[in-house]
Amino acid sequence: MSVDADTVRRIARLARIAVAEDEVEHLKGELNAMLAFVEQLQEVDVAGVEPMTSVTPMAMKMRKDEVTDGGNAEAVLANAPQSEDGFYLVPKVIE
Amino acid sequence: MTELTSLTLAEARDRLRKKDISAVELTSAHVAAVEKARALNAYVLETPEQAVAMAKASDARLAKGEAGPLEGIPLAIKDLFATKGVRTTACSHILDNFVPTYESTITAQLWRDGAVMLGKTNNDEFAMGSSNETSSFGTVQSPWRREGSNTPLVPGGSSGGSAAAVAAQLCLGATATDTGGSIRQPAAFTGTVGIKPTYGRCSRWGVVAFASSLDQAGPIAKTVRDAAIMLRSMAGPDAKDTTCVDRPVPDFEAAIGKSVKGLRIGIPKEYRLDGMPAEIEKIWQQGCDWLKSAGAELVDVSLPHTKYALPAYYIVAPAEASSNLARYDGVRYGLRVPGRDITDMYEKTRAEGFGAEVRRRVMIGTYVLSAGYYDAYYLRAQQVRTLIKRDFEQCFAVGVHAMLTPATPSAAFGIGEKGGADPVEMYLNDVFTVTVNMAGLPGIAVPAGSDGQGLPLGLQLIGRPFDEETLFSLGEVIEREAGRFVAKPWW
Repeated sequence: MSVDADTVRRIARLARIAVAEDEVEHLKGELNAMLAFVEQLQEVDVAGVEPMTSVTPMAMKMRKDEVTDGGNAEAVLANAPQSEDGFYLVPKVIE
Repeated sequence: MTELTSLTLAEARDRLRKKDISAVELTSAHVAAVEKARALNAYVLETPEQAVAMAKASDARLAKGEAGPLEGIPLAIKDLFATKGVRTTACSHILDNFVPTYESTITAQLWRDGAVMLGKTNNDEFAMGSSNETSSFGTVQSPWRREGSNTPLVPGGSSGGSAAAVAAQLCLGATATDTGGSIRQPAAFTGTVGIKPTYGRCSRWGVVAFASSLDQAGPIAKTVRDAAIMLRSMAGPDAKDTTCVDRPVPDFEAAIGKSVKGLRIGIPKEYRLDGMPAEIEKIWQQGCDWLKSAGAELVDVSLPHTKYALPAYYIVAPAEASSNLARYDGVRYGLRVPGRDITDMYEKTRAEGFGAEVRRRVMIGTYVLSAGYYDAYYLRAQQVRTLIKRDFEQCFAVGVHAMLTPATPSAAFGIGEKGGADPVEMYLNDVFTVTVNMAGLPGIAVPAGSDGQGLPLGLQLIGRPFDEETLFSLGEVIEREAGRFVAKPWW
């Protein structure tokens, strides 16, 4: 399988990465080189093989459902590019 | 002063305890060495004042007889570990000004045990790379050079700054992380020792995530013993990471010098690649001979799905990365580039904040997870991963204790030499290490010889799950025979 220029633009949109029109050709080449490399997986017989979900067999850890943390709004917002009154600020989303 | 930087971690620890040296002396010697070695670009942030303050506190505890296992030991921290109040960037422009308000579990345990922080080390951006050339802080120069040549070489990656800092004696040990070989490959390139422990041995809490099912932290150190000492402090259960196992941490150092007599060492035939340099073949054979003379038994084994590990990795790792890196959206932390609406802001922020390699991997990950392609790529890759793990399990089931392989397919290469036209050329560096991440096993790289131009070459030992101790025992046998590899300063 390989990608065309339209697919590159679609992937960039899904990944939320702006791609300039003059970068599309180059990116197409790079992505296709990677796809060509992984193509060899098609020759492996995977019939009936369980896909791996956890590399170390272990039961999910459980803890008591209780509040252990919180009240740190200042620390949480400390690295925000823009914040006000304990909130993150973003461009207007709803008209 | 230079003498203090040439000590191993274990030697320094013992001399501190005997009060032969003080923690402040030891740290000051390293701080001076770090300042003198800026040409290497191994550190992206030096914290000399904090280091001296921590060393003073260590001296006070040493005087009171309350020394921790790493008391007064100056360490370097890969810039992927969140350090409270100390800038942490993952060497990405998108995190340029990120100052964590919390400490990673691993570094918290190092400080608990008395270690001293010298600064943060360079790495490939978000740990995506095998040469430290994708860092937003620029390339690290290896302290090693080919005999009679001034060509700057890569230290390997992604933990290139950590490996270079240890090799150039700019710290007594460094933290590192390994998703496809990022501890073991740079260790092999720089003549240092690096161990990626079993998945789940160390907490990932507070470590910037790349591919969560593969990422595992470990130490890079001057010797096998030093790596064992560091790992003991780094490992252990953590309620904050559900993938971190509730297992007691063994005294790894006690495994050093333990007899390897009767251990069965698998030699996987699939690791003998066409066109592999003769010097790699030679040190591999040499390693086999050393282990055999020490009483281990060598057995030929087969891991038939080895060749599929790297392609499967380049589906699984980018897929997980595309998901993990979705958090860099210009809202909660990091860079924000204004846009005409919120989507435009996301897109501009991520376009400017991510470097070329990260962008490429996020895009391929997005593609393989997108509707209509998930089964063909991601699901199949996870099935192949099951087969890779099964290969190892079948060998361990018939009594193989560990495997011996080369660590890398070549010695270190020149800066700018690889991956320019085709990204896959760079990816092939990890052909021997990536299987271990895919199967979640422990793997250690130990320097074992030199190539024709005087550059170090490493061997890799792969162990059974949670049996790092056997790797330390076997690794030390190789180290004892091969000797240590110390770069001659030119910086």
